[in-house]
Amino acid sequence: MADERDKTGSVNDYGTDDTDLSMSPRPAVAPSPRRPVSPSLYGVMAEFDNPSDVVAAARRTYEVGYRRINGYSPYPIEELWEAIGFHHTSLPVIVFIGGLIGALSGFFMQYYLAVFDYPLNVGGKPFNSWPAFIPITFEMTILCAAFAAVFGMLALNKLPQPYHPVFNAPNFKLASRDHFFLVIEANDPRYDHDEVVEFLKSLEPKDVTDVEV
Amino acid sequence: MADEPYTEGPIHKTVPVVGPGLTFSSVTDKISSLVLKRKTPLWWFVGFAISFLLVQLLLLTITHLVFTGIGIWGNNIPVGWAFDIINFVWWIGIGHAGTLISAILLLLRQKWRTSINRFAEAMTLFAVASAGLFPLLHAGRPWLLYWMFPYPNTMGIWPQFRSPLMWDVFAISTYGTVSALFWFIGLIPDFATLRDRTRSKPFQIIYGMLAMGWRGSARHWHRYEMAYLLLAGLATPLVLSVHTIVSFDFAAGIIPGWHATIFPPYFVAGAIYAGFAMVLILTIPLRKLFGLEDFITMRHIELMAKVMLATGLIVAYGYIMEAFFGWYSGNIYERFMIYNRIIGGPYRGFYWALILCNVLAPQIIWFKRFRKNLLVIFLLSIVVSIGMWLERFVIIVTSLHRDFLPSSWGMYSPTVWDFSMFLGTIGLFFALLFLFIRFLPIISIFEMRTILPEAEVEEE
Repeated sequence: MADERDKTGSVNDYGTDDTDLSMSPRPAVAPSPRRPVSPSLYGVMAEFDNPSDVVAAARRTYEVGYRRINGYSPYPIEELWEAIGFHHTSLPVIVFIGGLIGALSGFFMQYYLAVFDYPLNVGGKPFNSWPAFIPITFEMTILCAAFAAVFGMLALNKLPQPYHPVFNAPNFKLASRDHFFLVIEANDPRYDHDEVVEFLKSLEPKDVTDVEV
Repeated sequence: MADEPYTEGPIHKTVPVVGPGLTFSSVTDKISSLVLKRKTPLWWFVGFAISFLLVQLLLLTITHLVFTGIGIWGNNIPVGWAFDIINFVWWIGIGHAGTLISAILLLLRQKWRTSINRFAEAMTLFAVASAGLFPLLHAGRPWLLYWMFPYPNTMGIWPQFRSPLMWDVFAISTYGTVSALFWFIGLIPDFATLRDRTRSKPFQIIYGMLAMGWRGSARHWHRYEMAYLLLAGLATPLVLSVHTIVSFDFAAGIIPGWHATIFPPYFVAGAIYAGFAMVLILTIPLRKLFGLEDFITMRHIELMAKVMLATGLIVAYGYIMEAFFGWYSGNIYERFMIYNRIIGGPYRGFYWALILCNVLAPQIIWFKRFRKNLLVIFLLSIVVSIGMWLERFVIIVTSLHRDFLPSSWGMYSPTVWDFSMFLGTIGLFFALLFLFIRFLPIISIFEMRTILPEAEVEEE
């Protein structure tokens, strides 16, 4: 599909993360009879066929100064997310808070119900039988922490997200199979289309393509 | 080095954890083709048909049970719990191996878990589904079972939180939920693979929705791996606590044979034992039928057999200790319980069958010749599954039928409805499994990619 389109683009200053899809008001290319209006670019993508190349390319890209970059791979590659400069995620804190909420709500639910609301006198045993409250408190901790992990991860990743510009790139289907991609987004402060294309070509990828929004 | 790139561990020749010659594309193609191909093999139809028939038997039994009552089973006084709880504990125990393989082996960085974890986790989910039917339906008024949940109600009452049966409600619900979440999260990248590879438009939409727009972004992978590890870290104490709480159903009771402090670790080891036996029963035929010998290698079979042996030894230790405590306590009721169970009681045959199945039979795993023989391991796994069922029978029925007061003693015999319910849940389990192996990737595709040699990032 992409080979039918013109491969020129322009600077796009909008957006702050890779999910921003706002369109530039200026057309990316001069209108032509075949293409009266053309979409602006999301970025430029380089394709690789092995993990070492994409990691080396990502490191080089980061060294040169690009920051709005991302890698795509069919399986998790630790070196890749380190190379693009993404080190810290707040997910562990979210999970911890989830667990804390679970523990406190589990324990205090039992405490309130067994001590205040519906106390049962069984052989004169104390109402606040906290050892007996431990199993349920523990299970509630795990349950809420697990929910926090799953929904926290999905929320931080902004999933479900059915559409994303990279799906328009040719061969991107192979990102879930055996190819690796590196994208420099058009909203990077140092983005200049021709420079970026030349730079990416210098990393010796299998292919360099424009990604439309 | 060049001829053994797949080994792990010290430098000696070991059977590799993946077959040679696998690449990202061949792994993807092989596993996704099992799902995406149009022609369903005949054996699948036969297997699913039989399972489905058993599900009908289950539905029939449940209908009769709910309309008529628990009296259709053989439960009586003194044996208030019988097949219902035996089967419940049996199924939950089987489920635990799946979580162990998914979660615990991940944390222990055992790469060999990769080709079996998806399948084992699915097995856990279906086992928990089958198990959950029993506590639901063994109640006298199952339509009131929602009273077990602490919801604000017009009766002004709350459940008894100090009861192990209540702990079970929370534990089993949590276990089912967390297992389902863990399994689904693991599937998301594979749904993306299927979405990208399927040629059928309806399935593209279905897999696309399930994949939630997953695109393999490195930033996403980082958070994903973090979530996966955290879930594994949460699932590990969960699996230990769930079967501990199930063991408390007995250990918190006062009758001899139940009131034993060894129950938590003994039950957990027994669960893993039974679970690995079931995983072996399922993987040995599946790898042959689907041609997955390169993914589930002899190394996997051997390692699983060794885990079975290890947990079998722990369980054997449990049996010895139970007998020892009974005698050492000097308590006349405990001593009688041991005498009744092992030496002189009417159900002693079951105890000795149990020893044969669970203690003696697995000792053949010590011998390499038998360990490497797939038929032997398959038959042994069936024997161990039966043995673990017998263990719960011995614990529940022989302890209940003769406790403190001889005038209360009784006998138990199952009815046809006990068997039909059990068979029905076996049918449910296999029906769900057959659906799973047809429509979902039975091996975790993206995780398999990570253990291939070409996944190594070479530093310059």
